[in-house]
Amino acid sequence: MAVAAPPTTSARPPFWRDARVLRWAFQIVVLLAVLALLYWLYNNVVTNLRASRLPRGFGFLDQPYGSDIRGSAFRPAQPIRDAFVVGYFNTIRVIAVGIPAATIIGIVVGISRLSDNALVRAFGTLYVEVLRNIPPLVWIFLTYFVILTGNLPPITEALEPLGLAVFSNRGIYLPWFEGGPNLVPFLLTMGLGLGAGVVVAAWRTRVNERTGQPHRRVLWLLVTFAIIAAAGYFIFGGPVAGTIPGREGRLIQGGIEVNLSYAALTFALLMYTASHIAEIVRGAILAVHKGQNEAANALALTTFQRYRFVILPQAFRIMIPPLASQYLNITKNSSLAVVVGYYEITRVYQTVTNNAAPPPQAIIVLMALYLTFSLGISLIANIINRRLQLETR
Amino acid sequence: MSQQTPESPASADNDQVRTALEQDAVAARNHPIIPDIPLRPAGGFKHWVKQNLFGSVKDTVLTVVFGAILAYLLYRTAVYVLISGRWEVVFDGPLLVYMIGNRFFQTGLTLAHIWAAIYILVVVAGLIAGVSRSHGNVTSARTALKIMAAPIIGVVAVLSMTRTITPTLLVLAGVALFFAVRWASARLPQAVLRRAGLISMALTVVAFLVLTGGQPRNIDRFGGLLLTVVVSAGGIVLSFPIGVIMALARRSSMPLIRPIAVAYIELIRGVPLITLLFMGRFAFGFFMPAGTRAPGVITRAIIMITLFTGAYVAEVVRGGLQSVPKGQTEAAHALGLSQLKLTRLIVLPQALRNSIPALIGQFISLLKDTSLLVVIGLQELLGVTEPILAQQRFRFQGYQPEALAFVCLIFWVICFSMSRASQRLETRLGVGTR
Repeated sequence: MAVAAPPTTSARPPFWRDARVLRWAFQIVVLLAVLALLYWLYNNVVTNLRASRLPRGFGFLDQPYGSDIRGSAFRPAQPIRDAFVVGYFNTIRVIAVGIPAATIIGIVVGISRLSDNALVRAFGTLYVEVLRNIPPLVWIFLTYFVILTGNLPPITEALEPLGLAVFSNRGIYLPWFEGGPNLVPFLLTMGLGLGAGVVVAAWRTRVNERTGQPHRRVLWLLVTFAIIAAAGYFIFGGPVAGTIPGREGRLIQGGIEVNLSYAALTFALLMYTASHIAEIVRGAILAVHKGQNEAANALALTTFQRYRFVILPQAFRIMIPPLASQYLNITKNSSLAVVVGYYEITRVYQTVTNNAAPPPQAIIVLMALYLTFSLGISLIANIINRRLQLETR
Repeated sequence: MSQQTPESPASADNDQVRTALEQDAVAARNHPIIPDIPLRPAGGFKHWVKQNLFGSVKDTVLTVVFGAILAYLLYRTAVYVLISGRWEVVFDGPLLVYMIGNRFFQTGLTLAHIWAAIYILVVVAGLIAGVSRSHGNVTSARTALKIMAAPIIGVVAVLSMTRTITPTLLVLAGVALFFAVRWASARLPQAVLRRAGLISMALTVVAFLVLTGGQPRNIDRFGGLLLTVVVSAGGIVLSFPIGVIMALARRSSMPLIRPIAVAYIELIRGVPLITLLFMGRFAFGFFMPAGTRAPGVITRAIIMITLFTGAYVAEVVRGGLQSVPKGQTEAAHALGLSQLKLTRLIVLPQALRNSIPALIGQFISLLKDTSLLVVIGLQELLGVTEPILAQQRFRFQGYQPEALAFVCLIFWVICFSMSRASQRLETRLGVGTR
């Protein structure tokens, strides 16, 4: 039976069967549906705000905040906007300590899980498996109520190790610095010293590359910095002095107060995050090619040298994306501070909401503030990631 | 897939190599250059201890230091658990409150409802296990069992601490039911087997209806571990479709669709869960049409948790999609499958299979995250300690450490056993090794 040859023309099918037309039609329909949904939500919010006689814009940020913020010079008459700024810096205080400390502990624990010594390995495993599998919130509760406030003595019987610090259930007081009149120029000088140190280190690196002499750039950097800083210290006539907290009865003078909620939150978060980082570090080290390890051993490098110069630089490259996501997590988890009463942005939001700020706008401000952290960290991680990946090719 | 080399030629090669080596060995033995030292000294416990604990001076120091720390920690824990801990705050009455909260009975529901729901879910699990066995897929049946094993042991361990033995017996009966259904369902007629997925879904809905007594609003009075499990299970199940759709959208080549998915995923992943929960608690009503009543607090929390988890599931599924080799799609195109069929029949089954371990990981982290519900005033496993500690006989007597430690232990047992199960599943499925 002769079959009629199919038409060989490349005429396009009718538009309701044309894949390209359908594709665009589908996309436009979906986009319109999403836009309609968003408009519907926006419209609902506007209608509901009007019905509850709440303002529409973000003008509430200029109203007075109405309460104190512990541990800062904030006055209740200042606007909500300023309270969010204070909260923002308090969040930064958590992550500025938490991220470096969690990274260091995570690297140490991660390496310890690969140790030759069975007990060290067991210790690392115990740390990781215990902390990784409990909710951070429960762990913060435990740290605050059981480990800290439960164990620290009342202020009248405070612990004063070597007379340098005071530990009590009212707060922890540590030695700190006190600035004199010339503090700002001195700080600028220190910054200058650091910059000069970096330049010197770069110069040493070039010398090393050209001549093969040992670069010792860290040493050079530190010496340069120390010389300039010391010069600045004497020129400006001792602009800073150390203060040591002293206790007389119930009063504490000098030093810096670390309030317990901050200590508990930061400690709990950094320990928790370190357990996750430890697993990342371990995975990354195991992913470094075995031959690298063997070659390092064949060159008779010590364990420290092996990790410092061979394993970790290569593992670091693998680690960056998951590490960045852990840094994001510690930032987001800092919002759990509300349960221990530490004054960061979520706490400010709570106070504001209780004081009859319009709820939709208040939550949008809070989310936007967290997004600045998230986008910032992702951005930095992406830049570093791209840099390192280019170097390897 | 790794290439399978045919058996015989390879082993023949090996044989040749081996004989050559043996000849060398004989030659070496006859003309010894290096004395015959066994490469590995005899094994055994003594050897292991020497190698792993006292290999060098540094090792010995480490062993002593860490041994002392570990011994001290173990000693303190043992003293706390066995002697100084005042566990009446857990076992002298309140245990049931930890499990289901203290307002559960106000709904008119009984414990029998919970057990019935559990048994229906056991039947679902047995059905799935049995069907995959009848497909000759022994692996998935066994791994399904392994996933269950550890949590069951954990549940039995907790329940066996109650005064009565009934709960333990009920759990064991559940395990027996699982095996019975698994055995029976492999022998069901084809017509039923083909619809096993649909039946499982229907049964799951039935289980939920039984649990809430047909009144979904009842979950507003759930508490304790029950609430934790209902919220996290509900969250992961409901967020799954969102996650799959968003992952497909993010991977698609359609320029108008992709940005929507990217915006959703990155916005949600950029904010803490607590902000979404606050949104559900305080701002949800503002997004509803004027005049309608907002759903209950827990329902709103589940909605927000679903939106939250959807973004993370999307990233997990996207990882799964990326792991499907390109040849699969190309082959499907060559067969003339439409884009829809290609996705549904070729890509998604493989992608989802590869993302199972990561999905379990997501479930674990969701389970941990449900503790945040305490911040919006709900009494899940962590929040339920509040009414317990407020009871007349526990108030102001510093029982908080014991209550928190118990909650912590329950969370730990669930998360640890599930993460172990997921690790085993990962090796079993061979994710990332193909």
